[in-house]
Amino acid sequence: MSDQIPTTTPAAETMTGAAGAEAAVEVRGLNKQFQTASGVVHALEGIDLTVEAGEFVSLIGPSGCGKSTLMRLIADLDVPTSGELTVFGKTATQARLDQDYGIAFQQAGLLPWRTVAANVALPLELHGVASAARRTRVADLLEMVGLTEFADRFPDQLSGGMQQRVAIARSLAEQPRLLLMDEPFGALDEMTREKMQTDLVRIAADTGAAVVFVTHSIPEAVFLSDRVVVMSPRPGRISDIIPMRLDAADGREERDDDLREASSFFEMVTEVREALHGGASDAENPAPRAARGVDTR
Amino acid sequence: MTTNTTANAIIGAGTGATRTKGWSPRTESILRVVAPVTLGIIVLAIWQFLVTVGGVSDYLLPSPTSIMAELVAYWPAVVSATVLTGTNSLLGLLVGSLLGIVLAAVAARWRIADQMSAPIIAALAVVPIVALAPVLNSMFGADSQFGRQAIAAIASFVPIFINTLRGFRQTRPVHRDLMKAYAASSGQMLRSLTLPTARPFILTGIRIASSLAVISALVAEYFGGPRGGLGSLIATSAASSAYSRAWAYVGASIALGLLFYLATLALERLVLRRVPTGGSR
Ligand SMILES: Nc1ncnc2c1ncn2[C@@H]1O[C@H](COP(=O)(O)OP(=O)(O)O)[C@@H](O)[C@H]1O
Ligand SMILES: [Mg+2]
Repeated sequence: MSDQIPTTTPAAETMTGAAGAEAAVEVRGLNKQFQTASGVVHALEGIDLTVEAGEFVSLIGPSGCGKSTLMRLIADLDVPTSGELTVFGKTATQARLDQDYGIAFQQAGLLPWRTVAANVALPLELHGVASAARRTRVADLLEMVGLTEFADRFPDQLSGGMQQRVAIARSLAEQPRLLLMDEPFGALDEMTREKMQTDLVRIAADTGAAVVFVTHSIPEAVFLSDRVVVMSPRPGRISDIIPMRLDAADGREERDDDLREASSFFEMVTEVREALHGGASDAENPAPRAARGVDTR
Repeated sequence: MTTNTTANAIIGAGTGATRTKGWSPRTESILRVVAPVTLGIIVLAIWQFLVTVGGVSDYLLPSPTSIMAELVAYWPAVVSATVLTGTNSLLGLLVGSLLGIVLAAVAARWRIADQMSAPIIAALAVVPIVALAPVLNSMFGADSQFGRQAIAAIASFVPIFINTLRGFRQTRPVHRDLMKAYAASSGQMLRSLTLPTARPFILTGIRIASSLAVISALVAEYFGGPRGGLGSLIATSAASSAYSRAWAYVGASIALGLLFYLATLALERLVLRRVPTGGSR
């Protein structure tokens, strides 16, 4: 387990394994095809990506470009058609069995017959954590996502955003070295969303976890990430990988709300935006407009 | 309190009550009890009137008072018959529930088991189970209650198996992904996801089966076997033209069936009120 937090942008796309800890995720020539009634869908083609330990990487791109599929392959919820995929140097299956990652889906996916606290406790329970330890851990997690008073409620008594926060607390329960998050903030209102973003940056920095974060929102990707992976659809490919150079915040722990108004932030938003749109249609779009929260939905 | 609304909806559905505008919930819940009781009293009054004043022969249709008199006169026999038939029904219901749930779990887990059992279940669902009564009675001897219990068990097995299997198939993909991501064992999967998801379906199956268990245990007694249950006493009373006594036993059968139904309905509502079953995204 590495507690090291990279303070500079990690070297992109090269196999640097020797210097520091093992890469969290290593993907080489990955392909995924789905056989459907109407033919073969090329969900992912020729994906190469390295996520270093402790690195925060966002996947961004239009719907159907294979972001969720890539995340599911890393989580071993689906198997690649071809190509190599390792998680902390092991096969994805081994990493899943070793519980090397925590995961949050786009849907909160809470068990409706369990209280909020029992939902957060689920992974701890499944992995045999003693009940006293479980209780303190759950209390800490609920405090972190600001849901302490809702511990004994059932999910159907919570708003969509609150349910999502429970799911995020659950994904953090075992302090995983790798966090996989598929549009976890999609259901949140803008204010909660910004707070959760700030919290997530802090949590990732505190625990030294690597994060693979799927999002539709450019500002969100820029704010959170060390690198932003831009994808394009049919077939799903990586079209660009952009390291975030945010002078205002060299270390991630310094990413706070001031950053959202820094000029380097707007520059990065523009860069991702242009990469996403193939650099074309942006002549009449100055950066400030992008900063107001343009996304591709 | 969303759960209470659900509970009320269930009562409403159960008694077929409809909400009429203008009544307060309190009035409505009083009416829900008072209305059917009133109707029952009116029907009994008309019945009594027809028999005593209207000239319908007491032999053809015994009056409520004469049935009541028989009920009091034969009270110990009525009680022991109800206990006997009730025990057969209860044993059948318990065994049928256990079998239904376990076999549904097997069928949900292994496709091949599902495919093999499908035709048998379909056959059991359409064949009147009591048709087996004479066969089972002679197989297990004239002084054994086993045949009746077996029939009650088979009859209750069918709806429980079908409902439970449907319930087991309701797990949502996101929940299955979650359990897989946590590397849950198949036992943990069953305990933490599949069974709780199926819980409302299992309870509905048991409620449906409870009436079937009583009916089939009772009807099975018409086809021989040891005497002393409600079914055989109805049959012998009617055969010896003791119609009032036969009706007294019929009344006890109705009470027994209602008891089973209400007990399982209460169980269903109690469990579902404690733990919500849906509403999460
Ligand atoms: N289980 C599946 N079966 C068939 N096609 C699928 C399946 N999962 C995803 N796809 C297809 O793969 C492509 C990528 O999907 P997805 O990874 O969900 O995209 P994204 O998350 O970027 O919106 C889409 O065209 C989608 O229809
Ligand atoms: Mg997706």
